[in-house]
Amino acid sequence: MKKMSKLQTAICFAVVVLLFVGGWLVEKYAGTSSMAVTVLQKGAVYALLAVSMNLLNGFTGLFSLGQAGFMLVGAYTYAVLTIPMAKRAAIYQYYGGGALQFTMSFLPALLLAGVVAAAFAAIIGFPALRLKSDYLAIATLGFAEIIRAAVQWDVLGPVTNGSNLLKTYPTLKSILKGTFMQGNTVVFVFFMVAVCIGIILLVINSTYGRAFKAIRDDEIAAEAMGINLFKHKQMAFIISSFFAGIGGALLAMYQGSLQANAFKSSMTYEIMLMVVIGGMGSVSGSVIASFLFIACQEWWLRFLDETQFIGDFQIPLLGSGFRMVVFSAIIMVVVLFFRKGLMGDNELWNLKLPKKNGKKVKA
Amino acid sequence: MSEAMENILHVENVTMQFGGVVAINNLSMDVNKGEIVALIGPNGAGKTTAFNCITGVYQPTNGAVYFKGKPIAMNHPTGKMKRAYAGQNADKYPQKPIAMTPDAITGLGIARTFQNIRLFKSQTAFENVLIATHLRRTSNLFTATFGLNRKEEKAMREKAMKLLEIVGLADCAGEKATSLPYGKQRRLEIARALATDPELLLLDEPAAGMNPQETEDLAKFIVDIKNEFGLTVFMIEHHMNLVMDISDRIYVIDFGKQIAEGKPEEIQDNPAVIAAYLGVDEE
Repeated sequence: MKKMSKLQTAICFAVVVLLFVGGWLVEKYAGTSSMAVTVLQKGAVYALLAVSMNLLNGFTGLFSLGQAGFMLVGAYTYAVLTIPMAKRAAIYQYYGGGALQFTMSFLPALLLAGVVAAAFAAIIGFPALRLKSDYLAIATLGFAEIIRAAVQWDVLGPVTNGSNLLKTYPTLKSILKGTFMQGNTVVFVFFMVAVCIGIILLVINSTYGRAFKAIRDDEIAAEAMGINLFKHKQMAFIISSFFAGIGGALLAMYQGSLQANAFKSSMTYEIMLMVVIGGMGSVSGSVIASFLFIACQEWWLRFLDETQFIGDFQIPLLGSGFRMVVFSAIIMVVVLFFRKGLMGDNELWNLKLPKKNGKKVKA
Repeated sequence: MSEAMENILHVENVTMQFGGVVAINNLSMDVNKGEIVALIGPNGAGKTTAFNCITGVYQPTNGAVYFKGKPIAMNHPTGKMKRAYAGQNADKYPQKPIAMTPDAITGLGIARTFQNIRLFKSQTAFENVLIATHLRRTSNLFTATFGLNRKEEKAMREKAMKLLEIVGLADCAGEKATSLPYGKQRRLEIARALATDPELLLLDEPAAGMNPQETEDLAKFIVDIKNEFGLTVFMIEHHMNLVMDISDRIYVIDFGKQIAEGKPEEIQDNPAVIAAYLGVDEE
């Protein structure tokens, strides 16, 4: 990436500040339980998940479908470590109060969520990253399914609570209760996500990020230029999984309760879809796409699920579930007409505004 | 040739067999420091395969490759190849096989270009060269991410820019590599190879697809960079003018076998070479 001019940096900074202020205002005037706030919270978490997946699939060119697995690992690590001692007996009622008899505050647990997910990635990467393209996708998808099954396994019950719900761990609201941030959940999520995406951006723009892109463009040439393929793939895989783990933990915080069964492969596909819609190889594209995606899914298309009237005429077909039909159609249109996604491999801050007197190529 | 010269690349009895096809047969070659050596031969003679054996893309079926006296590839027929092997000297290298990976070999100081240009397509010319400076980094992931290697990063960028200037591409630094004209893409590949600080530069048909004028420029360019960077150049080429003009020695191979070796004048008059290129008169 080219170095940004001072003006560009200033504009970027201003945009980020505006986003924070906007989030703060929305929550202040619409209320924490409003749909807008839900969309902003969930959208931000998914933005991190999409960017971390983009690092692997878009920037390094490794087609991996293990995202839900790493999210699950992160979410469970976070929840299991932070359930208050007083509540453990009730939650682990089928497993004699659980095996872990200690509890942590949310920040170290959040970090550990990333670390554990990264450790899993390191182990899985060893065999899996020797595979190419589709085979890697199959292997990682298999891993995600195994993890989901393993977490629900009875033997691990004392730690994971089997297939029962995990709850009462610190959520977005409860973390901020009693602090100066009370009630500012959106700003809090934005901050967490912004830090993580910022670090990913730094990685992408470092010499290692350039090596990742080289591997994506041409493995043979990258190797001939002295880039150790396995080492760099492993690196990208671990970094991506680290942030997938943190994203999973943030998702757990947002949801307030946790069950392994929700982390199906369809969750990976959803995130994959955000990455594709936003543009493979565009961080800002992934962020925009995840907010749009979540907003459409949760909010803007809701009216399609209810019976609507125009005057006396009842619009046919509308009813429970119709939202998803329209949603799928929209996605198909995007995929058909924006082949490279909304942003291609550009970033928002690299886009050139069409100049008024600039040369325009005539068809 | 002379004894006083320091050997830099030594290829010894290399045989490369794919299934039943012997692509290279018992090939031995030497390249000395500071030379420009050419490898020529008709289409399908095994020239690029020889390069791939040297750079670690393929592991030879039999034989050894040494770079500055250090073995970078060594193998003897094993497994299925034991019975199928059709080459010679099968029992000369009984040691444990050595197979360095391409990136490790580049790290030792062998850089290459590709016959069918392999630039990083989505990157600009500048970034293409910049990526190749990654090899000699001293920073680790942490310091690189958090910008603790500013000095090195700056040095990398300066080096990349300087190389682009040397190959005459400074004015297209910001252009996408694939949008450059063909001749410039070839030069960019050379600049990228130079960014890995090589001692030995392997050029795979650097003049392919160039017109006579461009070829002439390229010849001068190769000699220039050789002198400027103290390189040794080993190249595959079809343009005889280029080969005869600048190379110190020439190896000629046909059907994977060496058929001649010597100075350009010697090769020009060699009957075996003429036969390989033009065919033998039946009568």
